[in-house]
Amino acid sequence: MTDIATPAETDVARPSALREFWFYFRENRGAVIGLWIFAAFAFLALFGPWIAPHDATAQFRGAILQPPAWQDGGSWTYPLGTDPLGRDMLSRLIVGARFSFFVGVVVVSIAATGGILIGLLAGFAPKWVDTLIMRIMDVILAFPSLLLALVLVAVLGPSLTNAMIAIAIVLQPHYVRLTRASVMSELRKDYVTSARVAGAGLPRLMFITVLPNCLAPIIVQAALSFSTAILDAAALGFLGMGAQPPTPEWGTMLAEAREFILRAWWVVTFPGLAILVTVLAINLMGDGLRDALDPKLKRS
Amino acid sequence: MLNYVLSRLLTFVPTFIGVTLISFAFIRVLPGDPIVVMAGERGMTAERYAELEAQFGFDRPIYVQFWDYLTGVLQGDLGNSFVTKRPVWDEFFALFPATLELSLCAMVFAILIGLPAGVIAAVNRGKFFDRALMSTALVGYSMPIFWWALLLIIVFSGNLQWTPVSGRIDLLYYFPNPTGFMLYDSLVSGQSGAFASAVRHLILPTIVLGTIPLAVIARQTRSAMLEVLGEDYIRTARAKGLASKRINGIHALRNALIPVITVIGLSVGTLLAGAILTETIFSWPGIGKWMVDSIFRRDYPVVQGGLLLIAVAVMIVNLTVDMLYGVINPKIRKR
Repeated sequence: MTDIATPAETDVARPSALREFWFYFRENRGAVIGLWIFAAFAFLALFGPWIAPHDATAQFRGAILQPPAWQDGGSWTYPLGTDPLGRDMLSRLIVGARFSFFVGVVVVSIAATGGILIGLLAGFAPKWVDTLIMRIMDVILAFPSLLLALVLVAVLGPSLTNAMIAIAIVLQPHYVRLTRASVMSELRKDYVTSARVAGAGLPRLMFITVLPNCLAPIIVQAALSFSTAILDAAALGFLGMGAQPPTPEWGTMLAEAREFILRAWWVVTFPGLAILVTVLAINLMGDGLRDALDPKLKRS
Repeated sequence: MLNYVLSRLLTFVPTFIGVTLISFAFIRVLPGDPIVVMAGERGMTAERYAELEAQFGFDRPIYVQFWDYLTGVLQGDLGNSFVTKRPVWDEFFALFPATLELSLCAMVFAILIGLPAGVIAAVNRGKFFDRALMSTALVGYSMPIFWWALLLIIVFSGNLQWTPVSGRIDLLYYFPNPTGFMLYDSLVSGQSGAFASAVRHLILPTIVLGTIPLAVIARQTRSAMLEVLGEDYIRTARAKGLASKRINGIHALRNALIPVITVIGLSVGTLLAGAILTETIFSWPGIGKWMVDSIFRRDYPVVQGGLLLIAVAVMIVNLTVDMLYGVINPKIRKR
């Protein structure tokens, strides 16, 4: 708390944007916990295969459907038990982190880049282009997202890459709407007019003058759609339309484990728990980001 | 008001055409020739191929095909299923009541619990109750519902044996199904135990499908209530000595409901997406399972038609919500 500006210091300079952000972000204890879990998740995603005790695809024929270590019949060789093919659950979960992480990163990058560009275009373009773009977005939004993604994957063929493309297409309209709305409200402000008067060209106006001021809600949306992407990719995997076995993707693992739910609770419980904890951490972080970045809610 | 309704209806038309265009495009961008797919393993002669091509109109210019498709859709002609050979339209409306029944139950479940939870949390802002409720809501909001369904099955169907795992009713009951709504039909059939069986089949799918809307409604109600509770008229009501139950329950809630209704309306799309997973897991014979099965069977006319009908259903609900919004909040109409 000592690093906040005292009244005397505020006269000299405002704290840097990053420090101010961190100050408000830290206020929200849930968000900080979310951030730590997310950091652990990212760490596993990067270094999973070197941390996992076993190879994620190695089948230990002698240890099929072994329960977790703390249950009768379990052993610490396989701390979370083994699946129907004798693969170590813990190793698969650790290695699986990178698929979900990858899905989140790729989907958000594609959807946000495309969405921001189209949204900027809609905000700056003449009325008829704007109307056309927004009607197209309305059409995409008319379909339930998972259904559209499912059908797109059916067209493209089931694989993790195609699932990511499909989810990105489905999530994109949200960015378009958000960017367009912020651009519209920014365009009316004086600083944009003065930049225009000073002779700023269209690209400069779009990307340097206006875009940075629209970023706050987009960053929050990015965090939230990161979790949506993970959930949807897992759902597609669960329906057999995402990552294909033997990939240790969490949703696919659940699909493979379905028939054993009444015999071996651990093969079903842990992959889902991994999805839940990850998504929850990201949502907690998203709430904190919103509180820290949204000026309307900030000082209430 | 009439102007508002008309302007909303006008935006419906281009979106409808766009949705039709997408579902039209679907069968044509698929890898492989749909006629070859329909022929299956056996293959077909060149004459038969040409005959089928003419029958489906694939030999004509693409814009003519689209025009035919659009006019067909408007007359309720969505083609026939490759598998059952029955019209897609008929299949959709035979299965729709099952999905509608499940969705309505899930919505009622979500509203009955979510609304009071949100109000209680807002009134007790910052206290233990608020934190506990909102943490639970965030967990619900982050829940992978396909996993949630499996967990509930393990506990309630597996260990406790309270609820069945799949279907809409036990196989020993058989009665005509005039409305397609199992709760109503089983009640009218007069067979003892039929209604109870239908209810027991509904419980788990309802909870699973209602979880995310429940969390969303609770969160939205809380924040809307908090906003309203800070208004001057609430302070006036308090100052003139109204009971806080009356203030919270009537004065505040009524105005807080506006954003909540929007959220409820927007959840319909989520419900239909959730129905895909829920119905697949519980073998619930509705639209969601029908779509997934058709995708796996490569029954393209069904996928195409189902996609269109579901999108139109979502659009109609959104339009209705928009109109309701205009009725409740006169400020919107003026824009």
